[in-house]
Amino acid sequence: MCTGRVDLAFVLRAFQKGATGVIIAGCWLGECHYVTEGNYDALNMMHLCKKLLEHAGVRPERLRLEWVGASEGIRFAEVMNDFANTLRELGPLGAAEGATPDHLASRLAALARLVPYIKLAKREKLALRLKSPEEYLQLYATDEVAALIRDVVSYYVEPELCQACMICLRRCPADAIAGGKNLIHVVDQDKCIKCGTCFDVCPPRFGAVRKISGAPVPPPLPEEARVVVRKGKGARRE
Amino acid sequence: MVAACTPRTHEPLFRDTLREAGINQYFFDMANIREHCSWVHSKQKEEATEKAKDIVRMSVARTINLEPLKEFELPVNKAALVVGGGVAGMNAALGLAGQGFEVHLVEKAKDLGGMARRIQTTLEGLDVQDYLQDLIRRVYQHPLVHVYHEATITDVSGYVGSFVTTVQAEGQVTIIQHGAAILATGADEHRPTEYLYGVDERVWTQLELEERISRKDEGLARARSLVMIQCVGCRQEGRDYCARVCCSQAVKNALSLKALNPELDIYVLYRDMRTYGFKEDYYLKAADQGVRFVRFTPSAKPEVEAARDEEEKPVLRVTVPDPILGQRLAIDAHFLVLSAAAAPAAGSPDVARLFKVPVNPDGFFQEAHVKLRPVDFAADGVFMCGSSHYPKHLSEAVSQAYGAAGRAATLLSQDTVTASGSVCTVAESTCISCGACVAACSYGAIHWRKTPGGDKAEVNPVLCKGDGLCCAKCPTSAIVLRHYTNEEVLNQIDAALFEAPSGAGEQAHAKQEVGS
Repeated sequence: MCTGRVDLAFVLRAFQKGATGVIIAGCWLGECHYVTEGNYDALNMMHLCKKLLEHAGVRPERLRLEWVGASEGIRFAEVMNDFANTLRELGPLGAAEGATPDHLASRLAALARLVPYIKLAKREKLALRLKSPEEYLQLYATDEVAALIRDVVSYYVEPELCQACMICLRRCPADAIAGGKNLIHVVDQDKCIKCGTCFDVCPPRFGAVRKISGAPVPPPLPEEARVVVRKGKGARRE
Repeated sequence: MVAACTPRTHEPLFRDTLREAGINQYFFDMANIREHCSWVHSKQKEEATEKAKDIVRMSVARTINLEPLKEFELPVNKAALVVGGGVAGMNAALGLAGQGFEVHLVEKAKDLGGMARRIQTTLEGLDVQDYLQDLIRRVYQHPLVHVYHEATITDVSGYVGSFVTTVQAEGQVTIIQHGAAILATGADEHRPTEYLYGVDERVWTQLELEERISRKDEGLARARSLVMIQCVGCRQEGRDYCARVCCSQAVKNALSLKALNPELDIYVLYRDMRTYGFKEDYYLKAADQGVRFVRFTPSAKPEVEAARDEEEKPVLRVTVPDPILGQRLAIDAHFLVLSAAAAPAAGSPDVARLFKVPVNPDGFFQEAHVKLRPVDFAADGVFMCGSSHYPKHLSEAVSQAYGAAGRAATLLSQDTVTASGSVCTVAESTCISCGACVAACSYGAIHWRKTPGGDKAEVNPVLCKGDGLCCAKCPTSAIVLRHYTNEEVLNQIDAALFEAPSGAGEQAHAKQEVGS
């Protein structure tokens, strides 16, 4: 397992559970024993994650990425002691933030739910390999991350247009669409990972999946109202 | 789940035991409360115990999700590649060929022999050139050994059991398929930059001296005084290791000089004489024959200048503070010989990069474990011998070459090797065909597969090295690194940050995730 395996979700989960700090220690850049050079990916992810933490109200210094070679025991101890000092100054999670741990935990939980969306939206940037660590500093702007969260999309199946064809339901990777044959499909917003598969696969002649951004999602149709009654060739809801 | 002793030696043991009992070995996890805890916190017993509890709890949390995994059988190509045609490389090649394995021996120079071409005798008095000629003859005569001269390796791909190496030799490009590789790229003599070396032609290295002794150089036969300086270019900033062989080399040359010219005064300026083992006898013999050993300290190194003696003849004046006499010595020498450090061969970094094997901070090859796997690299199927590992005497290089050949033969004698089951796999139903994993994979292990639901990512487990970069990129967690799944890691994180309801222990929870 490489430093590049460290997932955004792992870091967010640690803070969500009240971690005072998270340190990721990996091999030095350019000294990969293999050809993967995954430490560049870790660096990329760490910069995005710092911005996300800031957005959630967590001090970004609580996350640190350090290069420590397998033979550098003394350096590891120094790095850990230094980080521990930083964390002691910041105090437990919430102290330096002026927020209760519960408040931060709920914000982080909301952010953790967006990890699939963030990974997808920032797919190209996350795959970037820059030459020097300094170049990564500018990779993600605070505004950019704020906009990313603000413009978060939701997918909603228009009950009037849905023909209950089961295509989106079958293709949803998160199993987030409820419904069945002759039952209007409904996106479970808690389960939805905002990948847009339903939007892409809904037959254009129905066009029933709507992308909603910056507006509330209408409440789901009550279960008893989801039956589709078909008359003749066309199908229409009762 | 076991929390005891070191996973380094014991994890394979426990896994084997499970396998023998008919239980899938991937159901096993080991909590490292030794190196990761008791060893580093030996002075903070209470806190270390709390941390050990955390580690155990994390391991248990991970174990809950462990799955049985299937390992892969990979075919083994029965040929070996040996890089470096010196004494180590040739012995390794003959060792394998003698057991019936085909060997491709790749040498960068025009002739076989490497560093041994410049060595006339050993300290014990064996004729190296005689031995070398016989060794080279045996290599050329062996039907299973193919020698490539003036060769460079341009590409290496594949993995244990089936490597594919491209060799450019004498204008021809050859693609060699082999199951194992032995790297024996040797060492070079460091070119000193101090003590007038390269400026004054009376200043030589030990190897240059040896060549002159072997041709009974007239100047040496007539000379009255010669100074040797030890530890040149090593045990100092930038090359901070002992090159091991130079003390014996100096004693050997001093004894040869005494035989050639008994009237010659020889001074060896040293920091620590390390004629280890029975080579110590020769140090005593040299002292008996009047070779003078004068110690110096790194803070007061000898100084060398071209000067003239009382008879107005040109000499090299070497001045050095003798810490025992407490006085500065000035020695007028006719020749100055520098014991220059053995440094990793110029080609070693390229070879290391091509085979994806590590070198230590000094640039020598790094073995997988000093005691437990001394001739193996961490990368499977690649082994080492000779001075590319660290400076060695001939006999040591030969022993290690036999060791490396033995290790390679253990692999080559198998029809298949077992690859780890900890590789990635894709849950087809959750793959959204975004391609993030395909782009993240450095090994080309992920390809598209046509399915009724569109193109889906699929992993070739034989190519997957289990680094998990793809998992960190996959938006839907459809790609899973087995044995290190999201659930397993997240469970560990939850367990690390679990607060006992009683509120026991107030400790900073800094979670570590160490990439290895």
